[in-house]
Amino acid sequence: MIEISHVSKSYGSFQVLKGCSASIARGEVVVICGPSGSGKSTLIKTVNGLETIDSGEINVGGFRLAPGVTNVAALRRSVGMVFQSFELFPHLTVLSNVTIAQTKVLKRSRAAAEEKARSLLTRVGLSAHITKHPAQLSGGQQQRVAIARALALDPEVMLFDEPTSALDPEMVNEVLDVMTGLARQGMTMICVTHEMGFARNVANRVLFMDGGEIVETAEAAKFFDVPKSDRAKAFLAKILKH
Amino acid sequence: MMVDVSAIAAAMPYLLEGLWFTVQITLVGVTGGIVFGSLLAVARLSKNPMVSALATAYVNLMRSIPLILVIFWVFFLVPWAIGWLTQSGRPIAVGASLTIFVTFVLFEAAYYAEIVRAGFRSISPGQYSACEALGLSKFHAYIYILFPQAIRNVLPILLTQTIVLFQDTSLVYVISATDLLGAATKVAQRDGRLVEMYLTVGVIYFVLCYAASQFVKQLQGRLAHGAR
Repeated sequence: MIEISHVSKSYGSFQVLKGCSASIARGEVVVICGPSGSGKSTLIKTVNGLETIDSGEINVGGFRLAPGVTNVAALRRSVGMVFQSFELFPHLTVLSNVTIAQTKVLKRSRAAAEEKARSLLTRVGLSAHITKHPAQLSGGQQQRVAIARALALDPEVMLFDEPTSALDPEMVNEVLDVMTGLARQGMTMICVTHEMGFARNVANRVLFMDGGEIVETAEAAKFFDVPKSDRAKAFLAKILKH
Repeated sequence: MMVDVSAIAAAMPYLLEGLWFTVQITLVGVTGGIVFGSLLAVARLSKNPMVSALATAYVNLMRSIPLILVIFWVFFLVPWAIGWLTQSGRPIAVGASLTIFVTFVLFEAAYYAEIVRAGFRSISPGQYSACEALGLSKFHAYIYILFPQAIRNVLPILLTQTIVLFQDTSLVYVISATDLLGAATKVAQRDGRLVEMYLTVGVIYFVLCYAASQFVKQLQGRLAHGAR
């Protein structure tokens, strides 16, 4: 489904991605973890072309991304993305947030888009809030709207860039529950997250990144129980200390 | 010296006609200025260096010369330019009203452009990413997502600029147009009622602008407290 081959990227003289390669099968849930500044967010953003790459190549369901490829409209229709800071459109209602790309990008009728939006918002438990504006919702509710907004385009892949990092602790689970549900229904997912419980219980595999490299790729349970690399061991020792 | 109230009453219909023209200039200036100014703002933010340099040069030029000079330019030079372009060999009269409308759109656009640009810059970069990630075209992203937020963020400044524009319309007296001040000047000179006329239009300008600025103040409070 997704093939990332030898992807490198630099910001000026700082190389943020160093020859990253990974392969993700349809229906697989992959968590990318690692210390901050390791290139996790940059890597996930290359998958839908939000970040360009300097060398290497990415294939997503038949769409080929390479340096210089700029027409990524078709790719973005099939890849949904959820951001750390939600990025809902503050001037639109919850319902309009979920319909706007359906009507403008997929040219769905208003009625069809609203029906789809209502069913998705019900699925994420927000059917009572469709006429509200984002600022009237809690962080967890906003992030669930953002998930519904991405799902409205019927993506084949969902990217999550630290979806719970900006949330108060008591709201983390409502978002993880929605993500878990999505995973169980067979969605192909790449998640950058620090939620190690989610990684262990829901993800099929973990990609561990450090210093712009994918240091280790392992089945989720194996990664936590018997990490191979010293860097992964050190990272896990730090985050699982308490 | 006595103020003759009856002279004011007698001149009122003519003054109101002048006021109507002042309002027309303001409306055309605001609408055209915001539309053209927004295009300039988007052009200034463009990644294409040619496009952004051209827009920047235009904005800087307009903001560096007095409005009164632009009125003269358009009034005296544009007829020549049109005459030359159409090869008619002589200047083509454009008319005071059209001159004024064109001038105010061209001039105010430079100011509105900077305000709208500040509005775009106040939007978090993540909003641009969200538009891209959803596959919205640049055009759709600007029309439906970015422009409404930009305008909302700078609405009080836009309205304040519009009050300034309303007052600046009085400069059209230099080409003898009959706006509120022009009408007052004509009556004042015809009837020798300088004090009455200039006091009256002073009151009219003050009442309208003060009311408008109070409205902006209230709106600012509502925007600050209301949900974003």
